[in-house]
Amino acid sequence: MRQPPGEESGLCRESGLTLLMDQSRPGRVGASLPELDVPPQELPPDDLLRRDLPLPEVSEPEVVRYFTRLSQMNFSVDTNFYPLGSCTMKYNPKWHDDVAAMPGMADIHPLQPEETVQGSLELMYRLQRYICEIAGLAESSLSTLAGAQGELAGVLMMRAYHLDRGDRQRKVILIPDSAHGTNPASAAMGGFSVVSIPSTAQGDMDLEALSSAASPEVAGLMITLPSTLGLFDRHIREICQIVHRCGGLVYGDGANMNALLGKVTLGALGFDIVHLNLHKTFSTPHGGGGPGAGPVCVAQHLAQFLPAPVVEEFRSTDERCYRFATPEQSIGLAGAFHGNFGVLLRAYCYIRSMGKAGLRQASEDAVLNANYLLSRLRDVYHLPYDRRCMHEVVFSARNQKAGGVRALDIAKRLLDFGIHPPTMYFPLTVEEALMIEPTETESKETLDYFIDVMRQVAKEAQEKPEVLKLAPHHTPVSRLDEAKAARQPDLRWRNRKG
Amino acid sequence: MEGPGPSWPYLPNTPSDRQEMLRAIGVSSVEDLFADIPDELLNPALQLPTPAAELDVRREVEALARQNASPGGYSYFLGGGAYRHFIPSLVGRITSRGELATCYTPYQPEVSQGTLQATYEFQSLVCGLTAMDVANAGMYDGATALAEAVLMACRVTGRDRAIALDTLSPRYKRVIETYVRPQGITVDMVPFTVPEVPDDAACLVAQYPNFLGNIEDLAFLERKAHEKKALLVVSVDPIALGLFKSPGEYAADVVTGECQPLGIGLSFGGPYVGLFACRERYVRQMPGRIVGRTTDSQGRTGYVLTLQTREQHIRRERATSNICTSEALVATSAAIYLAALGRQGLRRVAELCYHKAHYAASLIREVPGYKLPFQAPFFKEFIVQVPAPVKEINRRLLDRKIIGGLDISDLVPNGMLLCVTEMNTKEEIHALRDALAWAAREAR
Repeated sequence: MRQPPGEESGLCRESGLTLLMDQSRPGRVGASLPELDVPPQELPPDDLLRRDLPLPEVSEPEVVRYFTRLSQMNFSVDTNFYPLGSCTMKYNPKWHDDVAAMPGMADIHPLQPEETVQGSLELMYRLQRYICEIAGLAESSLSTLAGAQGELAGVLMMRAYHLDRGDRQRKVILIPDSAHGTNPASAAMGGFSVVSIPSTAQGDMDLEALSSAASPEVAGLMITLPSTLGLFDRHIREICQIVHRCGGLVYGDGANMNALLGKVTLGALGFDIVHLNLHKTFSTPHGGGGPGAGPVCVAQHLAQFLPAPVVEEFRSTDERCYRFATPEQSIGLAGAFHGNFGVLLRAYCYIRSMGKAGLRQASEDAVLNANYLLSRLRDVYHLPYDRRCMHEVVFSARNQKAGGVRALDIAKRLLDFGIHPPTMYFPLTVEEALMIEPTETESKETLDYFIDVMRQVAKEAQEKPEVLKLAPHHTPVSRLDEAKAARQPDLRWRNRKG
Repeated sequence: MEGPGPSWPYLPNTPSDRQEMLRAIGVSSVEDLFADIPDELLNPALQLPTPAAELDVRREVEALARQNASPGGYSYFLGGGAYRHFIPSLVGRITSRGELATCYTPYQPEVSQGTLQATYEFQSLVCGLTAMDVANAGMYDGATALAEAVLMACRVTGRDRAIALDTLSPRYKRVIETYVRPQGITVDMVPFTVPEVPDDAACLVAQYPNFLGNIEDLAFLERKAHEKKALLVVSVDPIALGLFKSPGEYAADVVTGECQPLGIGLSFGGPYVGLFACRERYVRQMPGRIVGRTTDSQGRTGYVLTLQTREQHIRRERATSNICTSEALVATSAAIYLAALGRQGLRRVAELCYHKAHYAASLIREVPGYKLPFQAPFFKEFIVQVPAPVKEINRRLLDRKIIGGLDISDLVPNGMLLCVTEMNTKEEIHALRDALAWAAREAR
């Protein structure tokens, strides 16, 4: 966030950090490798071999400095308040990384004989049980590699369930208008068409619209609870009943589970399938877009369709042993192996260290923090749904828009105060939406600072809107030309000198 | 119930903070905030363990880790899609930085230039390695990348049938089926010896090296695919591309692959990251995130997520894929690995694998009872036909602290797929040879 010194003197190199291929000098190398300790073998015919390998040639210190300096251009949970709605950017305990790097866990091969990986299998089995307990469902599979893949697995299980019953006409999945984009995209990948269900002025699902859409063509409903409006749908049990009455299944997108840990289980509410985002609720780091993990939990009547593999316990002589199994009518293999084990390991550590009491406390604090923001900001930002929120609160910048300032401008101005902006323009059903999820790992002091900044920005929006329109002012780059990026795609290094 | 301070290291709110906040909200208890949840379902009795301290959980996981056989005590000759390669320390040191590990998908480019530029590097390095025009920010793994490539081939050709060589990894085939079946797309396997491509095929799928370790004849497969206006889709081991010609040089249309060999730990199967590269003309049909280079309002270079109208958050049910969170940090690891090894290093790793694997093959060929059934060129994996059930041989190898090759006797009678990389020393290779000879004698 510093201006490079020497910009005026002309000594400053091109803005930004020089790309690897432009740093490259023939003869440099950034890693050492052992000498060949066996007699060299005959190479295959020349026409099979590569002549040119256009990779950079950079020394080790250059690689380290380059990527370290790149890292310094990021906001992150470790460095900034990051209230990005629906993303649950909570603190990620450091020791989990050490556990994931532990010899005997980090370095084992996915295809080793099962008798040589009993420790890992047992850990996976325990995690399966824990997440089933949290979801209130019977069985689970840890194999799905991210939230959207968990959704796809859920959709495919709906498909398999209906086909198995000879119910071939169910081609429609119902999705609330406030849903994440992944829900309709996953439904389409599963071969379904999508019917959107509106919400009421109070932010609950429109039961009449749902009832009239609930037909024998409906395979199921995909719903996020709390909704992306940050609200707990007060008719959720009726919703599940309506869907079940028409023969459909209820799928829960677990993106917002951080509100409900230990408070209520989705299974008890009537859900049939739930996916959990371990990289949100269960505190594994998001990595700038993964790795995540999106395990799925299902009610007993769907267990036979779970994605492969699942871990089973069995008894061999007197010992408890574990093995991989493919459920009888599995929708198939989700990825090449058994799931993102390194992520699963971190989630295991999280659940074990928090325990039942800690998980419940986490959700209570998450909901408390969000409601605190709601009550302290509602006089300056429009609250489209005037009721208690759960773990996140959705405001609208409608008041500010009247003066020419948009949600985007508010978001960009927050960057100048070292705060990552809330999710903007989502859900699509709220005008100029600002969706704020503080999480439970932020202190009251941080929330108070955020409140002060948000109030200050609202004031600026009235008094000096140009400050917001030109924001951010103190970041490594200012607003970027996204239209140009899409119109003239520059997606890889090219030799610009030649 | 609670002491004066916070009871949980990750929860900063103290009881008095909570009271103050509840007062500001205007409620008396936190339960009031959960009033929308039906009373009789609130606060269920869950069967979960009681909280444990960091030290306790570490001990617990260490105890589980001790039940696993791992490289500390065993030598490995196992591959089949995941490989032990040397990982320079700098890879983990850099990616464990919180600034890279604890950020979200770079929706706010002004404060995400680190992730964005690293991803642009990943895309550039993948293009260089595969000799393709464009690459995306990465897919979940090599198998799902290939499945998405088949879906893309069907989109661009308007056809709904894929042809795959029978030398494709059986696991990859199963993942493709998971993805394509619901959309009414069929996958037919053809013998690699007679790869007939029908007129209505969207693509011909090959693995390079193939599942049996051999280098497929891509020049031949390219003609076969393009004769029928089908796309040639190739799934690669990126390390092999340090030595062997890249699919791009054979005019492949889509190249995918598993980047785990590029500086990513085995970690019992994940997280890994898939690469996805294609010809420029298909860029708007690609799945996944793509980073582009542009300028800011002051004319400075910067990076953004681009071509987002392909993606689920804009296009919803008409998106090219549902993929959202993928494997960004793992892709950054691969980029750091490729940067560190560079032009010379990657070639060197590939050569070490090649020579050691061929040396091991030459020794094992001489062991009574063992046969190498294939003559085709191979890279770091090869099939050995063993003189007893593979399971039995492998069990004996375990007694000698060796993790043997993958049992592929369902594909090749008594077939074991052995893998040798730069991690295997000459001593280990000799020990393997001796153990195989011993196992054959014992099995008789």
